[in-house]
Amino acid sequence: MECRIRKKESPEPNILNQASPFPDEVLERVLGMVKSRKDRSSVSLVCKEWYNAERWSRRSVFIGNCYSVSPEILTRRFPNIRSVTLKGKPRFSDFNLVPANWGADIRSWLVVFADKYPLLEELRLKRMTVSDESLEFLALSFPYFKALSLLSCDGFSTDGLAAIATSCKNLTELDIQENGIDDKSGNWLSCFPESFTSLEVLNFANLPNDVNSDALEKLVSRCKSLKTLKVNRSVTLEQLQRLLVRAPQLCELGSGSFSEDDLTAQQYSEIESAFNNCKNLHTLSGLWDPAEQYLPLLYPACTNLTFFNLSYAPLDGDDLAKLLVHCPNLRRLWVVDTVEDKGLEAVGSHCPLLEELRVFPADPFEDEAIGHGVTESGFVALSRGCPRLHYVLYFCRQMTNAAVATVVQNCPDFTHFRLCIMNPGQPDYLTHEPMDEAFGAVVKTCSKLQRLAVSGLLTDLTFEYIGKYAKNLETLSVAFAGSSDWGMECVLRGCPKLRKLEIRDCPFGNAALLSGLERYESMRSLWMSDCKLTMNGCRLLAKEMPRLNVEVIKEEGCYEGPAQRVYVYRSVAGPRRDAPSFVLAHCGPHNARGSGKGSTTWSIVCTMQPYLVCYMRGYFQNL
Amino acid sequence: MSVTEVPFPSMESSENFTKRSAGLNLKATELRLGLPGSESPEREGTNGFSAPLKGLLSGAKRGFSDAIDGGSGNWVLSGNGGSEMGSGKDGVLFSPRGGAAGNSLALSAAPNCNNQLTNMASSVVKESVPQSPKPLNEKKPQISAPAAKAQVVGWPPIRSFRKNSMASQPQKDDADAEAKSGCLYVKVSMEGAPYLRKVDLNSFSTYRELSSALEKMFSCFTISQCGAYGVSSRENLSESRLMDLLHGSEYVLTYEDKDGDWMLVGDVPWEMFTDSCKRLRIMKSSEAIGLAPRAMEKCKSRT
Repeated sequence: MECRIRKKESPEPNILNQASPFPDEVLERVLGMVKSRKDRSSVSLVCKEWYNAERWSRRSVFIGNCYSVSPEILTRRFPNIRSVTLKGKPRFSDFNLVPANWGADIRSWLVVFADKYPLLEELRLKRMTVSDESLEFLALSFPYFKALSLLSCDGFSTDGLAAIATSCKNLTELDIQENGIDDKSGNWLSCFPESFTSLEVLNFANLPNDVNSDALEKLVSRCKSLKTLKVNRSVTLEQLQRLLVRAPQLCELGSGSFSEDDLTAQQYSEIESAFNNCKNLHTLSGLWDPAEQYLPLLYPACTNLTFFNLSYAPLDGDDLAKLLVHCPNLRRLWVVDTVEDKGLEAVGSHCPLLEELRVFPADPFEDEAIGHGVTESGFVALSRGCPRLHYVLYFCRQMTNAAVATVVQNCPDFTHFRLCIMNPGQPDYLTHEPMDEAFGAVVKTCSKLQRLAVSGLLTDLTFEYIGKYAKNLETLSVAFAGSSDWGMECVLRGCPKLRKLEIRDCPFGNAALLSGLERYESMRSLWMSDCKLTMNGCRLLAKEMPRLNVEVIKEEGCYEGPAQRVYVYRSVAGPRRDAPSFVLAHCGPHNARGSGKGSTTWSIVCTMQPYLVCYMRGYFQNL
Repeated sequence: MSVTEVPFPSMESSENFTKRSAGLNLKATELRLGLPGSESPEREGTNGFSAPLKGLLSGAKRGFSDAIDGGSGNWVLSGNGGSEMGSGKDGVLFSPRGGAAGNSLALSAAPNCNNQLTNMASSVVKESVPQSPKPLNEKKPQISAPAAKAQVVGWPPIRSFRKNSMASQPQKDDADAEAKSGCLYVKVSMEGAPYLRKVDLNSFSTYRELSSALEKMFSCFTISQCGAYGVSSRENLSESRLMDLLHGSEYVLTYEDKDGDWMLVGDVPWEMFTDSCKRLRIMKSSEAIGLAPRAMEKCKSRT
């Protein structure tokens, strides 16, 4: 197959071919400096020479949906990859809408990589299943391996981390975030050999159990290039001080627990001076169980802070205000809604350069907590003080259309607007009208909007607005909204850059689904759960669009009737072979399930090479 | 392609679905996530705060036995099984069947189906219009929609990891009397174990749960102790064996109370235990002789 691609003459004469002024090596060298994914995709379309130069010179690849391509196809096109980023499960798996053992196992990828990418250095995974065996295999198969990042993954334990620590001699980055990890023991840290000194990034903030603090201290001592250290909750203030003293060069720090029952005056001043010596800190996080009397310890470290992650530190508004006085350069802030509107006013007062704010709820399931948390007035106060705000994630229990309109008027540059009114289907609490006008204001005013999450009581009007105005929208999340198929049809028709659409509990049915036939191949994926889809609708979609994978997560024995959870995505790899029994992976009539490649794909390769290039470009760019 | 040929989801098929779902065990698939005033009997006496962890821990326990029985390799978070999808056993939380059925149950428990959720929401809204927009102190009228809303899987959209971390935070605001407990971490040490663990006593409500969590936590140590049983690998060890180890002749669970005395766990009512326990220790039973009678005497002298 590879030979066929390289040697095949294209049907029409290629003028550039004859006049190419550069030898391939030069072209590769030059194109190797193009880093952006989109640019590289464009480069690959220019002509055959550039396509080849691009694929030979590419060192890193990003795959937004691991089932859109197979490891075989990937390694065939790009022979020299050193860094791979893979995303697996649909995003709603974070909220338990996807059953366990759904798939996205890294194992089959690693096997191919061990063969084709022996020089692999970096692996970044999100929402993939990773077993301890896979981690061990990784550690033993890639002698030059440097960076491992696991975000929202599951299936492994600290044994797997021990394997990495033991065998990856050149490791610079170990970043384990928010995973479903089985924490068996703290001894994995001791597995880093005495001779190991190359670590630059270490993040184990979400491991629930104690780690061997002695081993941690020694590790931090000998890794002089350590720039990022994020420890877990079990690390005490006292222990933190000992770590900081050994690593004053840190740029990113995640503390452990920020309270201690009996700190002596001496200990306090030691910790104070340790923070004082960290002149390079630009990111601070952790701070579990913060005791307000210890917060001043942080003040000296806050001057150059650009990212403050207090999302595990439930402070009240006053404590936050006192902290923020010392953080004039803050660009990104994550807080818990215990700070309330008062805290957000303080943000508006002290952080004029703020670009991103995320407010997480302390009690997401507490119905009766109305009167706590943040409201529309905090949102407005914030927007007045922070005109550069372009990313917001806001969990609240009450909101008004007027407030949102004011907010976007103050901050018209929003690229990411994620508003979650926690009570599904809740209207404007003052006027009792739907929240249509709020999101209408957002899409009308914020022309750069890329990502939108809507909530509250919404009719089809919201989606009319979105379809009409949100021309740059790439990701849309919808829950408990809409009145009819028309809403979804508006979005599919009106948003040309839409890549990811995730919908739950909305009255959208087969008509809406099928209205997007032409769209899905230019999108990464569509998720619809608890809508009004049926198996017949899904089958029809699969039949009409054979290059889409239409998967239904089904109840046992339920082949007819409602299709409760549907996941649609484009793929050049055909229907997946590892689908568990509860996933019904539809096949179009042409796909040969056994081969796993899909005969349609190969027929494209055999006939028209430029077509293949166009197709592959489409999905590599937008994966 | 013609859309008209496609049978649209009718009320009929949705109702069939509902009827089928009705046969399933509602209780088993009920989402348990810190609902205040929930009707579950196990959770009397705990507030909505600790309930999430407790429910999750029960899930974690099942996950553990799954793993022991050579299950499908589901992983659970130690101490928090928030993102666990059980393999269908009992389906406490988020199990594939339970989740799917539970979800539709939650929304179809109301006489209406999904397509009328909006109408339900607006009818709920209409009923609460007379109330002023200040914080609601009284409970909302008991309509299906609020109850269904509270039971919806995966809403609000918070990652399990964050949910679990926040659930065990100590409460700062003391306005409500009910917010009395946050977390109650005590250290647990064990004979022969190289380091301590911590458990949150408020995340359990019975001794059984506590001992299950502990046996899971310390299983890696007990395994090294059980050479006499001829067990070499984790997969072969059954749950009952571990319980034997912890509750049989080999080890006993003891705690240090506020007075500094060491007592056997299990002699006093659970609430009294959590009030007075400062730390736990898993001792060899040979060392624990003579503790039991003192516990009862102390208890009597207090009351």
